[in-house]
Amino acid sequence: MKRLVALALLVAAPAFADTPLPPAAMADTQLPDPRQEAKAKALMDELRCVVCQGQAIADSDADMAGQMRALVRERIAQGESPDQIRDWLIDRYGAYITYDPPMSAVTAPLWLAPIVLLLAGVWIARASFKQRRRR
Amino acid sequence: MRKALIWLPFVAFVGVLAVVAIGLFRPADRDVRSALVGHELPEFALPAMVEGVPGVDKARFTQGTPRLLNVFASWCIPCIAESPQLMRLKAMGVPIEGVAVRDTPENTGIFLRRYGNPFVGVGDDRDGRLQLAIGSSGVPESYVIDGKGRIVLQHIGDIRAEDVETIAAAVRGAR
Repeated sequence: MKRLVALALLVAAPAFADTPLPPAAMADTQLPDPRQEAKAKALMDELRCVVCQGQAIADSDADMAGQMRALVRERIAQGESPDQIRDWLIDRYGAYITYDPPMSAVTAPLWLAPIVLLLAGVWIARASFKQRRRR
Repeated sequence: MRKALIWLPFVAFVGVLAVVAIGLFRPADRDVRSALVGHELPEFALPAMVEGVPGVDKARFTQGTPRLLNVFASWCIPCIAESPQLMRLKAMGVPIEGVAVRDTPENTGIFLRRYGNPFVGVGDDRDGRLQLAIGSSGVPESYVIDGKGRIVLQHIGDIRAEDVETIAAAVRGAR
C-alpha cells in the first residue's frame, strides 16, 4: 500500500494552474559577483511576494516571485541601487510591496506604536513602584 | 463596583468574538492593487504571440480610442471563465489588447481557438516584465486605458457577467 502511494505520488502531475515555462532566467541563478549577489539577496529578503503575501520573494516558490527575483538580479547587475529598485516597485505596487515600509501617514502608527507602548509601560511601572514605596 | 467588574473578562471575550466574526463574514480585501491607476502606461513593445494576430505596444493606447488591456494566460483557469465576457465586450465594440503572460505560442494558439479570440493584438510577455511594470499581481487582470495612454481602471480577477456593464461604461467614459 505504502509503495503504491509512493508510486502514485511519483507519477502524479501537479494540478496547479501554473506556467509551463521554466523559471525566469535569473530567478534561481546567483550573480557572478558575490558583492552584487549579497545586495540582491538583502533586497529580495525584504520584498513581499504579491501572490503569497506572507512571504518574501526570496522564500517564495510562486512563479511571480521568480519573475521579481530575476528583475532584482538583472537590475543590480546593471548597476542600479537597491533603493532605486525598491522605489520602482513601490511606484507600481504601493508601499505594501516592502516589509520595510517608508514612514508615511498610513504607516506612522506602525513605527510609533512601539515607542508609545514603551512610554506607557514606563508610566505604569513608575505608578506601581510609587505605590509600593508608600506602603 | 466590584460586582460589575466581574463581567469585564466576558465583555472582553465578546469583543474578541466580534472581531473574529467580522473577519470571518467580511474578509479583508487581500488584492494588491496597482499604484499606476490614474497614471500613464509605461513604454513597452511586445512581439506577436501567435501567427495572424499582431503584437501590442504602447502606441496602440495613445491613438485617442479607449481600450481594454487584458492580462491573461492559457494556463490560467479563471481566464477560461472570463473569455465569454471578453467576447461580449468585443461584441459591444470595446477594442481589447491581450498580454499573454509566461506562455508558449502553441498553448496560446490552442486557447484562442478553443475559447475564441476577443483580442485585436496579443503580445508575448514571456518573462512577465510588462506584468510587473504595470503593477499587476496575477492573471487575469484588466486595465481600462483612455485614449491618451492613462490607466483609468484596474479590474483584478476574472470579469464576470455582472462586471461587463461597469467595464464597458468605464471604456465609454474614458473617451
